[in-house]
Parts: sequence; structure tokens; C-alpha cells
Amino acid sequence: MKAYLPIAAVVALLAAVPLVTSSNVVLNFLVVALLTALVGQGWNLLGGYGGQYSFGHAAFFGTGAYVTAVLQVRYGVNAWIAFAAGIVAGAAVGAAIGALAFRAGLRGSYFALVTLAFAEVLRILASVAPVTGAGVGTLIRLDLRWQAFQFQSRVPFYLILLALVALSLVLMPAIARSRFGAWLVAVRENEDAARALGVDATAIKIAAMTLSAAITAAGGGFYAQYYLFIDAGIAYGPWISIEALLAPIVGGAGTVLGPLLGALVVKTLGEATKLVAGDAPGLDLVIYGGVLILVVAFAPRGIAGLATDAGRWWARRGKTPAEAGHA
Amino acid sequence: MLSPAILVSAILNGLMTGAVYALVALGLTLIYGVLHIINFAHGALLTAAMFAAFFANRWLGLDPYVAAFGLAPLFFVLGYALQRLVIGPAARGDDRNILLVTLGLAVVIENALLYVFRADTRTIDLPYGFDTIAVGPAFLAVPRVIAFAAVIAVALAVGALMRWSDIGKAIRAVAKEKLGAELAGIDVAHVYAVTFGLGTACLAVAACLLIPSYYVNPGAGNAFVLIAFTIVVLGGMGSVAGALIGGLVVGVVESLSGLWLGESLGQVGIFIVFILVLLVRPRGLFGEQA
Repeated sequence: MKAYLPIAAVVALLAAVPLVTSSNVVLNFLVVALLTALVGQGWNLLGGYGGQYSFGHAAFFGTGAYVTAVLQVRYGVNAWIAFAAGIVAGAAVGAAIGALAFRAGLRGSYFALVTLAFAEVLRILASVAPVTGAGVGTLIRLDLRWQAFQFQSRVPFYLILLALVALSLVLMPAIARSRFGAWLVAVRENEDAARALGVDATAIKIAAMTLSAAITAAGGGFYAQYYLFIDAGIAYGPWISIEALLAPIVGGAGTVLGPLLGALVVKTLGEATKLVAGDAPGLDLVIYGGVLILVVAFAPRGIAGLATDAGRWWARRGKTPAEAGHA
Repeated sequence: MLSPAILVSAILNGLMTGAVYALVALGLTLIYGVLHIINFAHGALLTAAMFAAFFANRWLGLDPYVAAFGLAPLFFVLGYALQRLVIGPAARGDDRNILLVTLGLAVVIENALLYVFRADTRTIDLPYGFDTIAVGPAFLAVPRVIAFAAVIAVALAVGALMRWSDIGKAIRAVAKEKLGAELAGIDVAHVYAVTFGLGTACLAVAACLLIPSYYVNPGAGNAFVLIAFTIVVLGGMGSVAGALIGGLVVGVVESLSGLWLGESLGQVGIFIVFILVLLVRPRGLFGEQA
């Protein structure tokens, strides 16, 4: 139960925001940050817990977004069903790429490369295929009813997204304590040793990638409903893949609250940059890239790691090293 | 059916394009061969070099082929410094960290260029930019013929450097057995940085060869980088000969599939080759056992 207390506290705090303010600026900022957190949480499962660094999570985000949008616009499917189908489709793409890559024994930089290539292939296909609207993109018709997964105010959107994030958060400690989670961490720490002990590493990694892709695809589907427009450059854009790994790495890869923490910090930095420098294209991403390098160099376990260290230091202050050892 | 003349001209043009691809891939494969890491900043560094070649022409009036002799040493120093001062210390030898640091560098460089120069596309005009020479039934653009010859020369020079010079021997020693090289008194950090510098200098030359017949904008290098990854994977990670042959093969494949499928789908053809090679034969045609 102890693992769930911080999650409950954070989610309750975020859920209270609409009670305090109805400012669209605040809610919009939080939606953007939570969306990054959700996409990052998907990456965190595969990259943080599983140690498989994907550079192409845009493949799942874009699939979730396109399936959600195209099913509604071209086939008249209900928005909620389309959203669910988008998640399933994203998971299927994740399972397919995972099966191909992991069965071929691709690891480390090869795995990063092949995920990047798949995301690029999907981006190019989406920019020429007629069903996706090709270069023009897909516009979801405005229909402000809850049955159509559209709302007058931002509050319901915000709460739905928060619920999705909460679900992904609760999933992490549940997985970490399960047999599956233990296998996944074993594969991350030493795949050969895990295999020698009888862990089916390939199957574990494919399962992790499928679940990871489903979470990120949920973010894509939500994006489509919130902005009502997607094109190939938005849905499959390389910046999605970068934000997906930036949030967990900055917050602390392989920790439950890391992606959420990282997303809030990164997006706050992005907004602060815009405030100082105006809406200059590129500058926020320069900051993100710089933050990524600095975090890898000086805080390899992210903000969560820094917080743990600070907590240890606080508990140990004023004691001799010997006493601290017993504390 | 296509006439043989069109086919021959497509193949020759593909070889010309492929040569420049090969040079970009050569830089990537050198770095991979020694550091055993994929440099995700390669495309962004190529874009930076293209901007440098562009402004050397615009501001200093330098012909790109002359600028190459200045930009190559400059980018060697830049690459050396990046590895020695940023990538090496930040990554602390962990492969996953190197991946992230080179990705972070790519994001910083590409978007700094976007911030400074905006998304505008720039081209330069050279008196010989549109000259052609006839080779059999085909007409080839002069800048591309020069590029082809220059790439062959650079590849031979790099091959000779690796084979006979002291630093080349040190690089090969580190690539084969890092610990042993270190015990033999080789400064591994220096060799890493020299290799990264060499790879970056290849990009400077490639940029100078590209700019007479191509354009530059902050995303220009990205068009080449996935192709370069494909070539490196096809030719075998770390193999200089593989990069050269792989580059020429990919150039011809692209030219021919562009002829039959059209421009944008031709690119998908390259990616599919890439994914297939990665999945079926990840060590490539000439690579050693991964």
C-alpha cells in the first residue's frame, strides 16, 4: 500500500487544480505537461524498467492519433470506440516492431536505430497515403458532446487525461512487484544471466514493448481529440520520440513518478523560455537538448535520484559516517 | 519499357549521389568502429557544416571546393572537442548515456540553427553549377562528377591514414582491444576524440561537395542521416570499404526506385532495405561478428 500513497497524493493535488482556478492558460499548460507525462510513462516502462532505449515512440503516438481520428472521420465510428481502437492499434504496432527487433537480437544502439527508422517509415507513409489525408492531414469535425469525446470546457479533458495518467502510474508499482516486473528488471540488469536462469527475455521484452506502446498510443489518441487536427509531421514527428524519453530521463528513469516530475519540469522550462524569448522557433528544444545532456552528465538518476540523495544527506547530517551507517 | 540510355544515365547519376552518401556514412562508420556507438548527432553536424560552407561562400566569397580545405580541419577540431569535452565526460563510458548525449547534441545543434537562421532554405549560385559533361549516353552535372572524384580521393586518404600512420594504427588497436591498447600506452581518450574529429571532418568535406548542387536549411542533414545509417548497416558497422560500396549501392537503388516509384516512395524503399538488413543480417555485408 505504501507505494501507492505518493501517487494518490500527487493525483489528488492535480485533481484539485480545476477547483482552484478555471484559467484556460493553467489548464492548457497542465494538459500539455500531463500528455508528455503519459507518453513518457509509456517510454519509461520499456526504457526505464526494461533498459531498452527506444528513439521512435512517435510510431505508437502517431498510430494512436491516426487510428482515433481516421476511424471517426472516414468510417463514422464513435469517438470513444475509435480511441480504444487507437490504443489497441498502437499496442499491435509495438508488438510487431518488438517481435521483429528482439527476435533478431537487436540491443542497445541497434534497437534505438531500428525504432527510429520505423517511426520515420510510418511518418513518410502517413504523409503520402490517401487514407490519412496525406499532406493535408486529418481534421476531426467539431461536435461538442461527451458522446463524441469533445467538451465545451477544458476541465473534463483535463480530468480524463489525469485519470489516464493515474492509471499508468498505478500500473508501475503493480508491475514492479509482479513476477513480470522482476523478470523485466533482471533482463535490464544482465540479459545473459537472466536467460541462463530460464527467463524468456525475448517474450518479456516484447510484452513490455506492447504495453509501453499502448500507453503512448493513448496519449496520441487523446491528442487527436483535444486538438481535433493531426498531420504526419505532428503525429509521427521526431520531437514526440524525443519528449517521450526526455520526461522520464529528466525525472528519473525507472521510477514511478519520474516521467510526471520530468514532464512538469521540462514543460515549465519550455514555457519560461517562451516568456523570456518570445515564440522563437527552436529555442525551447535547444533548452530541452541541453537539459538532456546536463541530466545525463550530472544527475544520471534524474530529479528523483537527486531527491533521494538529498533525503539521505538530510537524514545523515550531523552524524559521523559510522553512525550514519547504522541509521 | 525504359530505354537503355535512361537506365544508364540513372545508374551513373545514382553512383554520383551515392558517393556523397558514402562520405557521410564513412564518418559514421569510423566513429562506430572505434567507439562502438552510433553518433545520433551526425545529421545535425552535417547541417552545421553545410551552413558553414554556405556562409564561407556568401561572406568570404570562397568557392566551396576551396572552403573544404579550411572547413575540414575546423570541423576536425570541433569533433575532437565535442568528444573530449562533452560526450566523453558526460557519458562516463555507459553506452546508453552516449546514445542520449549524442541525441541531446543533435537536438541542440539542429534547433540552434533553426533559431538563428529560421526554417528558410538557402542555395548558392556558382558559375559552373549547371554545367554538364557527356559520358556515353548520359549527361552528368559537373559538381556531382567533382564530388564523386573527391570522395574516392578522401576514402583512399582515410584508408591510407588508417593503414600506415601511427595514429591510424592506434585507432585500429583501440577498435580491436581497448584495454590492451591502453596497457600498451595508447591514450584511449585521445584516440576516441581523434576518431570523432575525423568523422566530423568527413562531414565538412561532404557538406562542401553537396552545397553546389543542393540546398541548406536546418533540417537538411537529416535527409542524409538515415540514408547514412542504412549504408553503414548494409556495409557493416565500422568497415571503411563497406561504407564506400554500400554508399554507391544505395545511391543506385535510390535512383532506380525513384525512376519506377516516384521520389517520396523511393525513400521508403531505402528504409525497408535498412530494416530488412538490420533484422536479417545486422552485421552487414562486410562487418565483423557483432
